[in-house]
Amino acid sequence: MNLVTTQVTVMDLIVIAPALVLTGCALVILLLSAFVPTGRRGFLGYCAVAGVVAAMASLLWGNDGAQSGFNGMVQRDPFALFFTVIIGIITLLTILASLGYARREGIDFGEYYVLILFASVGMMLMAAGGNFLIIFLGLEVMSIAIYVLAGIMRDDARSVEAAFKYFLLGAFASAFFLYGIALIYASTGTFDLTGINRVFTEQSSIRILPIVITGLALLIVGFGFKIALVPFHMWTPDVYEGAPTTITAFMATGVKAAAFAAFVRVFWHALPQLQPYWVEIMWVLAVATMTVGNIIALVQTNIKRMLAYSSIAHAGYILVAFVAGNQLGAASILFYLLAYCFMNIGAFTVVILLGKKGEERTLISDYAGVGSRHPLLAAAMAIFMFSLAGVPPTAGFMAKLYVFSTAIQAGYYWLAVIGVLNSAVAAYYYLRVLIYVYFREQEGESPITQFAPAAVLVVVISAWGVLHLGVLPSAFFAMAQRSIQFLR
Amino acid sequence: MVEQVFYWIAFIMTSMTALFAAVMVITRSNPISAAMFLVLNFVSVAILYLLLRFPFIAVIQVMIYAGAIMMLVVFVIMLLNVEEEERRKKIAVSLAQVISVVLVLMLCAQLVVGVGIQKIPGKHGAFTAEQLAEVGDVKAVAQMLFTTYLFPFEIASIILLVGIIGAVILSKKER
Repeated sequence: MNLVTTQVTVMDLIVIAPALVLTGCALVILLLSAFVPTGRRGFLGYCAVAGVVAAMASLLWGNDGAQSGFNGMVQRDPFALFFTVIIGIITLLTILASLGYARREGIDFGEYYVLILFASVGMMLMAAGGNFLIIFLGLEVMSIAIYVLAGIMRDDARSVEAAFKYFLLGAFASAFFLYGIALIYASTGTFDLTGINRVFTEQSSIRILPIVITGLALLIVGFGFKIALVPFHMWTPDVYEGAPTTITAFMATGVKAAAFAAFVRVFWHALPQLQPYWVEIMWVLAVATMTVGNIIALVQTNIKRMLAYSSIAHAGYILVAFVAGNQLGAASILFYLLAYCFMNIGAFTVVILLGKKGEERTLISDYAGVGSRHPLLAAAMAIFMFSLAGVPPTAGFMAKLYVFSTAIQAGYYWLAVIGVLNSAVAAYYYLRVLIYVYFREQEGESPITQFAPAAVLVVVISAWGVLHLGVLPSAFFAMAQRSIQFLR
Repeated sequence: MVEQVFYWIAFIMTSMTALFAAVMVITRSNPISAAMFLVLNFVSVAILYLLLRFPFIAVIQVMIYAGAIMMLVVFVIMLLNVEEEERRKKIAVSLAQVISVVLVLMLCAQLVVGVGIQKIPGKHGAFTAEQLAEVGDVKAVAQMLFTTYLFPFEIASIILLVGIIGAVILSKKER
């Protein structure tokens, strides 16, 4: 046997450019934080911001067509680019929101930003992975970084509990995911998503083997955990409540976007022939996720827990489009995730701004009187809550409209009806926050709150994003549609 | 024929040992003896790999699991000074536990049917037994690892780095 050599080409580097830039930036910050004295580390957060901007700029390197690197391991198709940009936006907004928050809570050391950047690298690899190995490794890079970030406030028992709970259950879910990959590999002989598709196309007898169906089920469990689908959602409220609020925002948007990207790519690109098997499972999961998420959210008194259950419910809405399974459905998943990232990060940043050191003020009753004290912030909160509830003219409304019209177009009338009923229920708990904000008088003296300018910027950007996507959605929807065409 | 019989005897004995050791791990109340049974489990799995003619994976299994990871486990048990767990007098079984056991059994049955009974079609890799005998297991693995799977190999280094950073940040005294 001859010695095989491999050469890394420029194309390979172009394909992984954003992940490469972020990794480099993370390593630089790690070194800087070792040599810069403790008092002067405030600029490390800005280095991370610069790194994310550079990573986004690196996307301009190379042309628009679909390319792949490392023998198809990593894809640079419009689908991957779309998600890379979403993940970049999420990372940028998270870091900006962290600048003031991290100092307030005493976690503003370099490693905090390094871990956020590494988690972002993992997410980008998940979104771009054309091979099960890359998707799994990306998932692990992301997850391990987030386990640590969730528990980074070591003195806070809830933060430690969140990290521990997320770690144990996450490791378990990874095992399920890996077992699913192993079974699919055993039946097709390849990790490559295109290759798996080819095997299923050429040998239709393989599709009905129990081993394939079992592997499919295990994959759904693995993805379902990361996306927080019912019944794999038990960890969500505790982890979202205990983790630092910036990390909660990062988890609710970034992890979900990356996991959905890999979910869509695996199921629609590699396993479309198995659709008759998975579409019914997804139908049940979508209904359960929407309903359970919304009903439990109704009784929450803590806004972080409320947003945790709301994020479960939103995963259910996205799954509705997943079930519908047509072109339009895929594009509406992408659009929904983009809209969701703006409204959710915005809402969490308002929560961050209204808290202070050692006292997060996350009870919904703490929001009494915010309307008169901080009218602009209250207006922003109103925009985010209306968007989460799906009231026009916000992004949340357009996203829901696309999702439900997709379901009707594909003939899933019941699913659309259940979804619309669910959003009606959801309106109650989102608007309840606004009732406290505007119509309840605050008791006791008003807490003095200093607003971090970077976090205010995040609120402004998010509010702009929510309104822009709500008023002029067609350009973004067309972009989402273009991105999905390459997947089929 | 005789070879086949011996092979099956060896296979069944080793897998029974592995199962026995695994059951002992989760039923021992003394953490050290549980750890020792875990070693037994790892070693018998290594022998299973040998029986399947994967000497490289067998060696890795012994080195990493039976060697490094078990060192760590025993070390942590010593450091934390884990007491012998008190035996619970009464075992209360809740409905959730019953349901989960039933579900797990169903999953196991599915796996047995799916993997054990059905013939797995699978496509065979580029390496035939003769080729492997010629170049050796390690060389074949290395060649795949550093050519086709170069990029995943590099990502694994990031995972390790993130793990190290995480361990330091969560356990460091001053920061």
